[in-house]
Amino acid sequence: MALGFLSRLKQGLSRSTAKISESIGAVFVKRKLDDEALADLEDLLVAADLGTTVAARVVEEFRSSRFGKEVTDDEVKQALAAELAKILEPVAQPFVLDRSLKPHVVLMVGVNGTGKTTTIGKLAQQYREQGVRAIMVACDTFRAAAVEQLQVWGQRTGAPVISGPANTDPAGLAFDALTRAKAERADVLLIDTAGRLHNKSALMEELQKIIRVLKKQDETAPHSILLVLDATTGQNALNQVDVFKEMVNITGLIVTKLDGSARGGIVVALAEEFALPVHFVGVGEQAGDLRPFDPAEYARGLVGAA
Amino acid sequence: MQRAFPPVRECSRTGAQPLDATATLGFTVFDALTNKLSGVFDGLRRRGALSEIDVAEALREVRLALLDADVALPVVKDFIAKVKERSVGAEVLDSVSPGQQVVKIVHDVMIEALGGAGAVPINLNAVAPVPILMVGLQGSGKTTTSGKLGLRFAQRLKKKVLLASLDVQRPAAQLQLQQLAERAGVASLPIIPGQTPLEIARRAMETGRREVFDIVILDTAGRLSINQELMDEVRAIRAETNPAETLLVVDAMTGQDAVQTARAFNEALGITGIVLTRMDGDARGGAALSMRAVTGAPIKLTGSGEKLDALEDFHPERVAGRILGMGDVVGLVEKAAETLDQEEAERLAKKMAKGTFDLEDYAAQLKQISKMGSMSSILGMLPGAGKIQQQLEAAGGANIDKKVLGRQAAIISSMTRKERAIPDIIKASRKKRIAAGSGTTVQEVNKLLKNFDDMSEMMKRMKKLGQKGLMRQGLSALMPKGMQGGGGGRRPF
Ligand SMILES: Nc1nc2c(ncn2[C@@H]2O[C@H](COP(=O)(O)OP(=O)(O)O)[C@@H](O)[C@H]2O)c(=O)[nH]1
Ligand SMILES: [Mg+2]
Repeated sequence: MALGFLSRLKQGLSRSTAKISESIGAVFVKRKLDDEALADLEDLLVAADLGTTVAARVVEEFRSSRFGKEVTDDEVKQALAAELAKILEPVAQPFVLDRSLKPHVVLMVGVNGTGKTTTIGKLAQQYREQGVRAIMVACDTFRAAAVEQLQVWGQRTGAPVISGPANTDPAGLAFDALTRAKAERADVLLIDTAGRLHNKSALMEELQKIIRVLKKQDETAPHSILLVLDATTGQNALNQVDVFKEMVNITGLIVTKLDGSARGGIVVALAEEFALPVHFVGVGEQAGDLRPFDPAEYARGLVGAA
Repeated sequence: MQRAFPPVRECSRTGAQPLDATATLGFTVFDALTNKLSGVFDGLRRRGALSEIDVAEALREVRLALLDADVALPVVKDFIAKVKERSVGAEVLDSVSPGQQVVKIVHDVMIEALGGAGAVPINLNAVAPVPILMVGLQGSGKTTTSGKLGLRFAQRLKKKVLLASLDVQRPAAQLQLQQLAERAGVASLPIIPGQTPLEIARRAMETGRREVFDIVILDTAGRLSINQELMDEVRAIRAETNPAETLLVVDAMTGQDAVQTARAFNEALGITGIVLTRMDGDARGGAALSMRAVTGAPIKLTGSGEKLDALEDFHPERVAGRILGMGDVVGLVEKAAETLDQEEAERLAKKMAKGTFDLEDYAAQLKQISKMGSMSSILGMLPGAGKIQQQLEAAGGANIDKKVLGRQAAIISSMTRKERAIPDIIKASRKKRIAAGSGTTVQEVNKLLKNFDDMSEMMKRMKKLGQKGLMRQGLSALMPKGMQGGGGGRRPF
């Protein structure tokens, strides 16, 4: 954790975008923005997982305003980044805890392996640094050693971890955890859940049950339902968000693994289609690797602009 | 799993066969693209050889279909080039339209690109203990797959398997593998905290030799392909253990990044096989094509569930179907065939393909569904069906109630033959008679007729796939309007 905030973020994001940056550079050094150039640009966006529809639309914008102009590599990058940032800005909403709630209940959901548990650990770390009292509860009672995984995060961050025996009913456990968090007047209750594919209805019902049971105790809980998405995911992320939104009314998104070679362009498509807030990006496996979602930075990173 | 039907390949490889001979169900998979492309080719039927201009527009459709299925762009380009090369100048056979001709080529190239005939088995041809190295990105499913492989080797091949986790990165990862090993009934390497992955690998191989294991599965930590340090580490592990297989475990939901990841892992390690996980999701799975193209390594296995036995041999034709947009129809029917006799399943398949469908068939189908389990779990095998499935379940409870199915069947059996063939004639008085005869209510009769209407509507849509852009919307394009998105209060299927 020697590096500063910005440089770490840049490092994470720029790595994920080095390739697209290179290719745009190669393609657009002082070049006329003609049909061929625009087609190449569209390819580059598609290769960043924006999807064919969104890529085509963004390029159409370009066509209408800049067609035929002589442009440099950098101009194209900046303009493209600005275009993408415009789409991303409305969804860039910081995650704010309601401090009047004791506790603010956060339910973390998503498909298997996207980074739910890790993100909860990272959040616990942030709250500890801010002096916010967090309690975690291990409602992934299904996957082998999921409880122990969260317990390690408890040791790392000093946040208490509530857990039950293997295969406990996650809804009951969540209920008990809320009771305890209330009694202890904790600021935030972070509920980790088992990964589930959105097309498995029994598992989606299990989530609904957790929510139903929490509401028995507190009509307003859970106050946030965050879907954790893996940046390497392609167009299926649209299905994921669609179904999770429909079934459990997610309130926001967190995008993980942006420190890899995946560019996370699907976030642009998601912003257009669902307009759900994007609260954080994950840029590594360590406790400090969670960042607020910065649309300009993300967009610049996406196209490799300086 | 035993094959219920001849693989798609057999009906398409032999170039002479007319394409509209949907003799095997597998082939209906490509009807969507066929319809779409025959639209493209309207007006230029039977011109002899296909010209470059003819094919260009068709290829644009194919390109979009592939990109929307997450096939990586460079791979799409190569793929299109291959299809083009074979299409231009190809004689259009008398028996097919140009659209069908191109689809046949797309299909052939796709199957070839996915690895052609048959599943490639895991290579165990080495001196025991045979090391198998599992690698991949974080969260791709390596540990679960290691457990599944352990179970498979132990059960099917009666091998003595040792599972060893070299993941010192993720908290409790070693414990996870240990617990999976217990569930699979195989051994796992005792955990010694503080050892490096390389040390654990050495210890695993020593233990394997000393205790005479047949196979040692080395599960590694997830790593990003751009993390040089960790890539060096796994390279050292490979060099130390000389695995018979280095399996790259990949999430079927992966997007365009598949190329970078596959290339980097392959360059660093020499991938010998690919495992595609989360095939039970509704992703189109284009990453399969990308990974295969970049590494040249065969896709050997697919993961299709969280349970330890949810590991299957790779079937190129099924994944081809998914990528081209109609889901794992073969897998679906195979699942059906597990519980049904083949004739019935084939009949069902044909009806589904043709869209000719009356209450008689509906009754037969109800019976089959009740044998197969819930409709929703079957729908789950098709891309884009996730949401519909949710709605079905929300409306009908977690499982389709067998009692309800039984009652519906009773209603139909109380109808006259004519009523079954022409349901429109069933008006108030007939409804009363049917309800009385079946011991149900008029409401239930109404509901059944409504269900049937919805179903026939769906079948009709299925026939119109081409123009409807099903390629991009997936199955939801098929559903009656009331079943798409929004609002509650849905009828059970
Ligand atoms: N590189 C990287 N890895 C991550 C990130 N977030 C999570 N991971 C890793 O992804 C894997 C799965 O994470 P986990 O939290 O167990 O996922 P869960 O199944 O959703 O709870 C673990 O190996 C994590 O260390 C991230 O932002 N970057
Ligand atoms: Mg977890």
